[in-house]
Amino acid sequence: MTPEAGGVDAVIDAVTAVFLVLGALMSLTATIGLLRFPDLMSRMHAATKPQVLGLFLLLAAIGLQMRQWWVWPVLVVAWIFQLLTVPVSAHMVGRAGYRTKHLHPELLSVDELEAVVRRSAAEQEGSGTGPASAAGPAEDPELDDVLGLGEAGDGALRGAAGQNLDDRGDGRGDQGEGKG
Amino acid sequence: MKDAVLIITAVVLTLAAAGAIVRIAVGPSLLDRVLASDVLLGIVGAALAIDMAVNRHLNNLFLLVALTLIGFIGSVTVARFVSDRRGQANDS
Amino acid sequence: MSRKPISLRTELPLLIWLVIVWGALWRDFSPGNLLFGALIALVVARIFYLPPVELSGRFNVLRAVPFALVFLAKVVAASFQVIYLAVVKGPKVVNAVVEVPLRSHSDLMVTATGHVLSLIPGSLVVEVDRSTSTLYIHGLDIRDEADAARLRKEVQDTEAGLIRIMGTKAELEALEAETATASRKGATP
Repeated sequence: MTPEAGGVDAVIDAVTAVFLVLGALMSLTATIGLLRFPDLMSRMHAATKPQVLGLFLLLAAIGLQMRQWWVWPVLVVAWIFQLLTVPVSAHMVGRAGYRTKHLHPELLSVDELEAVVRRSAAEQEGSGTGPASAAGPAEDPELDDVLGLGEAGDGALRGAAGQNLDDRGDGRGDQGEGKG
Repeated sequence: MKDAVLIITAVVLTLAAAGAIVRIAVGPSLLDRVLASDVLLGIVGAALAIDMAVNRHLNNLFLLVALTLIGFIGSVTVARFVSDRRGQANDS
Repeated sequence: MSRKPISLRTELPLLIWLVIVWGALWRDFSPGNLLFGALIALVVARIFYLPPVELSGRFNVLRAVPFALVFLAKVVAASFQVIYLAVVKGPKVVNAVVEVPLRSHSDLMVTATGHVLSLIPGSLVVEVDRSTSTLYIHGLDIRDEADAARLRKEVQDTEAGLIRIMGTKAELEALEAETATASRKGATP
């Protein structure tokens, strides 16, 4: 009720207003990116990054408005959950997008994964003439990967490793371990 | 100022949601649609958060926590489904 | 199902995190509630067994705080980069998929690097080769080799920062040796 307190309240309200508007604008940014970018991968950048900042700003606004200390831990937990989950879904969608040729090669200046994929495909074709070696390895890592997803948030990124490249090196052997 | 903020954010979020829905409708592939629906979920979360901050209540706080925690499962599931189907189609 | 026994020490970060979430969700950080939460966390960690995350055992807080601040700044920069590219470049944006070998072979480090990279400007992990610990990164607005080299350096700098925070001693020593030779090379010409 003192003039100082009133001044502080006004400042906090102003900061909150700025945060709210910016947070809403971040959602709009994501949409603009979704509509303007030419291919799936660049749209993915647009869909993930502004959401993280937007939620941060909005949560901070809630924390500033509710003058109760116990709100902050909940807000921090919510944001950390988002930090952990957003890259996982972006990676999974991106990986699926790359595999299913949603990428437009003409929009890429450098593509170093393509050579690896082609080499591994060629090796698979070369060695695939042996009995049952073609069908078996193609199925198993896929299954492992599904199981790997269930481990934890981080497990998705880890379980995803080496699936595409499983016929090179010991990626498959690695995947089996660690599940206990 | 409270009303001004509410109006501005409402307009911005409405535009954003409309754009996301356009991308869901147009989106050339399933993955584009999944991505856009993820953004739409984020916009719903943003609306919940703005409502809480402006009206100073916390009724939806735990809904928001749950959204951030499990919101990604849908897109991960669809991503797996897509890559599996295409993989089999390529093999056969 | 054979279970490797997990020492309490490796489980401790998980337990602390679970107790924090418990306290936050109950809006109650009184000792009694936290103790009960710790009990439940222990039971949960025993029943719902997860493969242990191998920690290096060191965590450098002095390095972690600046890294976190830089990370926050980069999260902000990432959003504004997306705005800029979406509005200015739009459909004409040119991208690249770049292969970046990492120094560390620990799962935790590769995962952490991948997570951080997905949130900072212009990079997104497309594929991970776990056997060689190589990340394939989709970079936004990478027009030529120079941009790709910059992206590669950014990735390796990020990993170096994470190693300085929580890498194993061996990784840290390798990193120090590498930077020492690099700076000597940079000084001589």
